[in-house]
Amino acid sequence: MINQIARLGRSGLDIVEALGRSGAFLWRSLAGVPHPRVGFPLLVRQMYSIGVLSLVIIIVSGMFIGMVLGLQGYTILSDYGSEQAIGQMVALTLVRELGPVVTALLFAGRAGSALTAEIGLMKATEQLSSMEMMGVDPLRRVVAPRFWAGFISVPLLAVIFSVVGIWGGMLVAVDWLGVFEGAYWSNMQASVDFSEDVINGAVKSIVFGFVCTWIAVFQGYDCVPTSSGISSATTKTVVYSSLAVLGLDFVLTAVMFGGF
Amino acid sequence: MTQRKTEVFVGLFMIAGFVALLLLALQVSGLSLKPAGDTYTVYADFNDAGGLTERGRVSMAGVSVGRIRDISLNPKTFQARVAIEMDASVNNIPDDSTAVIRTSGLLGAQYIDISVGGSLESLKDGDEFYETQSAMNLERMISNFASGR
Repeated sequence: MINQIARLGRSGLDIVEALGRSGAFLWRSLAGVPHPRVGFPLLVRQMYSIGVLSLVIIIVSGMFIGMVLGLQGYTILSDYGSEQAIGQMVALTLVRELGPVVTALLFAGRAGSALTAEIGLMKATEQLSSMEMMGVDPLRRVVAPRFWAGFISVPLLAVIFSVVGIWGGMLVAVDWLGVFEGAYWSNMQASVDFSEDVINGAVKSIVFGFVCTWIAVFQGYDCVPTSSGISSATTKTVVYSSLAVLGLDFVLTAVMFGGF
Repeated sequence: MTQRKTEVFVGLFMIAGFVALLLLALQVSGLSLKPAGDTYTVYADFNDAGGLTERGRVSMAGVSVGRIRDISLNPKTFQARVAIEMDASVNNIPDDSTAVIRTSGLLGAQYIDISVGGSLESLKDGDEFYETQSAMNLERMISNFASGR
């Protein structure tokens, strides 16, 4: 009985300790800004592997999600004879919710897991400690560029996702199902507000980008340096990122649109 | 992959992101870069503002001529006071015109329609509509009909 309570206490302490370590880790990797001439090429290379290479999956899934929204919305709205409202529905769903959330989930699966595995393998093969031996801070050299690259890429990817999705919705609703194109756009423009919807969606994706990249680089840096440790760290990245994104999404939605 | 090529791709990616944001702003949310155009404000007091919303449509003969800026309670008359931004190009509305709340379609959004009067004087900035007609309230109509009034 006492043992079980002690185990519970230990796991609580472990969680708090990991949180504290990840906070200190974040601070140390962001505090030391490298010289722009060294840091910028590193950042660009990471933006390429994190952002540019994620474009394909983002565009394809955005397209399909927009098309599904168009189809589903049409079947429901046409029951009420108001299929003109489909543009409004597609745009609001994508800009407020699905754009930021699905982008962050895909990002965690596509780029976050890769980040964790890469940094974890660097740790397991002692590349990180040899950097330290050479007097190079691995937090600045390895972690900081990856963190910033993810932080910058996610909002851009989310915006691209929304635009592609709206276009996909138009493809289905206007070109296939015959909703009047002018109504599609004008209903959308009448109901989507720039500061209310677009900016709030962008704020969401900025928060998600921050959290997902933070979890990914921390799990990689903090993993047990064995092959099973790397695999469990990669799993944790995807699971924790997804849960954090969905939970934060509820909180942010409640704050932004819930009228509190 | 050379560094230069990588930089080009990243640059294109960032451009694509900002173009997408611009598209969201201009095409999707209907934000216009040019200043909103000159407007003047007129007021209309309704007994019941119904489902009117801010930024709602104001039309004449089916053509949009302005938008609703603000809906508040007039503390003197306990009526809903609606501030309407009219396009400056429509500057010859007779001052005895009526502001009517109508619904687009059966279930659509409510908007203000201006039915034109016959006066030679026209509405100016800060003026009020002489006459208004409130939102049709289906529930009230049915209850009036049922109680035989």
